[in-house]
Amino acid sequence: MVDGWLPSHPVRMAKWAAALVSMFRKILIANRGEIAVRVIRACRELGIQSVAVYSDVDRASLHVRKADEAYPIGPSAAAESYLNIDKILDAARRSGADAIHPGYGFLSENSRFAHACATAGIKFIGPTAAAMELMGSKTRARQHMEQANIPFVPGTAHGLNSPEEAARVAEKIGYPVMLKAAAGGGGKGMRMVHGRDQLACALESAQSEAERAFGDGEVYLEKAIMNPRHIEMQILADEHGTTVYLGERECSIQRRHQKVLEESPSPFVDQDMRCRMGEVAVRVAQAAGYTNAGTIEFLVDQHKNFYFLEMNTRLQVEHPVTELTTGLDLVHLQIRIAAGEKLPFTQDEVCLRGHAIECRIYAEDPDNNFFPSPGKITLLLAPSGPGIRRDSGMYEGWTVPIEYDPLLAKLIGYGSDRKQAAARLVRALNEYFVGGIKTNISLFRRILNDEEFQQGRLDTGFLDRLLSRTRDQPRDDGAAEIAAIAAGLFSVLDPTTVVQTNGSFGALPGTAAAASNWKKTGRSEALH
Amino acid sequence: MTYDITIEGKAYQLELSRSGDRWLCRLNGRAVEIDAVLARRDVLSVIIDGKVHEVKCERTATDIHLWVGSVRYAAQVRDPRSLRSRSGADDGHGPRKLIAPMPGKIVRVLVIENSEVAAGQGLLVVEAMKMQNEIKSPKKGIVRKIMAAAGGSVSAGDVLAIVE
Repeated sequence: MVDGWLPSHPVRMAKWAAALVSMFRKILIANRGEIAVRVIRACRELGIQSVAVYSDVDRASLHVRKADEAYPIGPSAAAESYLNIDKILDAARRSGADAIHPGYGFLSENSRFAHACATAGIKFIGPTAAAMELMGSKTRARQHMEQANIPFVPGTAHGLNSPEEAARVAEKIGYPVMLKAAAGGGGKGMRMVHGRDQLACALESAQSEAERAFGDGEVYLEKAIMNPRHIEMQILADEHGTTVYLGERECSIQRRHQKVLEESPSPFVDQDMRCRMGEVAVRVAQAAGYTNAGTIEFLVDQHKNFYFLEMNTRLQVEHPVTELTTGLDLVHLQIRIAAGEKLPFTQDEVCLRGHAIECRIYAEDPDNNFFPSPGKITLLLAPSGPGIRRDSGMYEGWTVPIEYDPLLAKLIGYGSDRKQAAARLVRALNEYFVGGIKTNISLFRRILNDEEFQQGRLDTGFLDRLLSRTRDQPRDDGAAEIAAIAAGLFSVLDPTTVVQTNGSFGALPGTAAAASNWKKTGRSEALH
Repeated sequence: MTYDITIEGKAYQLELSRSGDRWLCRLNGRAVEIDAVLARRDVLSVIIDGKVHEVKCERTATDIHLWVGSVRYAAQVRDPRSLRSRSGADDGHGPRKLIAPMPGKIVRVLVIENSEVAAGQGLLVVEAMKMQNEIKSPKKGIVRKIMAAAGGSVSAGDVLAIVE
């Protein structure tokens, strides 16, 4: 990777377009919310018809409004709609779609779904079912990847059979150690163990938690990395054997193992480390026979050692930060790769420019323990301007349903460097207003204004530390007075005056003064 | 027009009157010159002493909030001339309604009617967006009535129970 934009990129893109042979005619998007809207937009840009699917509660959702066609797939419970393979394939057949984009979440990493699509003769835009299956089990993936010489956190590549075995391994690699569920994710079935006396008890509780959460009690053991960073590498692989990496994303800012804010590049990664991580990521993808877009997650310690954690076999929520720093459209590329085209650029032509940071706007209340906050959006003021990208699934007047993930939108700031990207984001967050429900917008102002964040000192404990610090809310009597005055003005004002007169108090509707003011304004404007 | 306004627990008296094509404003008896434009429903642009403020009004099922810039202020507005009683005033005595803070499904009801509860004790569990949340008693007292049943749906602002 070198600095600057892809020099020969436009040329190659043109060549690529000319070489189009069998692009899809119609794509069904097996998802909802902002990601469905994102994929629909890409389809429109490529001249491909888009098909939405929706549950009963999603008829008025934005993705249905934006699609060319839409088919109902049943009750609001995800298990009976967005997770129902038969209903989605039925909608694909009815609409005549020749490909399905799964988005993220729902069925995106379900190998049975990928397999069912292939059987139905519909192209699944993503990896093959076999690659997905291999990377879906952490222990299987580890066994496979160890053969390909991929660096792992020291530990076992298989489930632990007994507390004695666990103690033996832990002794060898040294405490503290981490117990993890093989089928795991989201922190379930995970335990940190500091000494031998805690081990047997922790193993038993991790196994039973894993059994309850995933129906699989397999637990393995790794050396615990203290204050790790969570950094991931985006890769793209075409179906002709070419795999490239597109730079890293820093994802250390998490709450309860869920990412909250991501950025690219990572302030911790230099060019040499990026190359080494990228090459490992490409090796992982190739060893798995991986195709399409994917992400290799690494755990990084304080000495810049990085260890393979897992592979996400789908488009990530945070893909826009990579799009902004590489100038590439990952969804376009996903579709073109799935259509059988070759990657239109080489690794050497991929280069990073500038810095991008993404905030995940959730319907949750940061002042009340992050309680979910579904409901009707009564007022929505959206930011725009230089360096701001907003991928949103909401609109004013829409009711955020209670049934699904609380992600409403993503706000991404781009700048020529990290400082500018952060400043643009803070500016845009101040313009962003979502009324009627609670959102975590204020949390991002705290993060972006935090000194540790600004210095790039990030690790997975960052957000817990930030949240544990008490905030000294400055009482601003001046602002409270303005609130009091505004409260009275809102009470005295008839909202209908907005439309008629733009609400000026100096010109109430229907008065002679109003009429003459309008005329005066009109005249003075005409003079300029 | 005179209003009694409470912002975050602090009381203000606001007089607003029309004078020709302008509004005159007195806050706690002090004259304040304001220039205000309702940019759209619930969005007010106010200029005071040359400083521009944007104020958003957020009306939820249970509260009115005013946002001055990015800071939220809880507001109560009362018109003293109106005959409406000050039912919003809450002195901690008498029955208290337990309001659903968000729409969701009732997963469990943790208490029965006429049972004694402590302040902060969980009374019901509501599930929304794949998360379960306990709704807690606003005060120590007796659960007089429970208006929700396990398995039912609730909207934000629905009364779930009354604690006396």
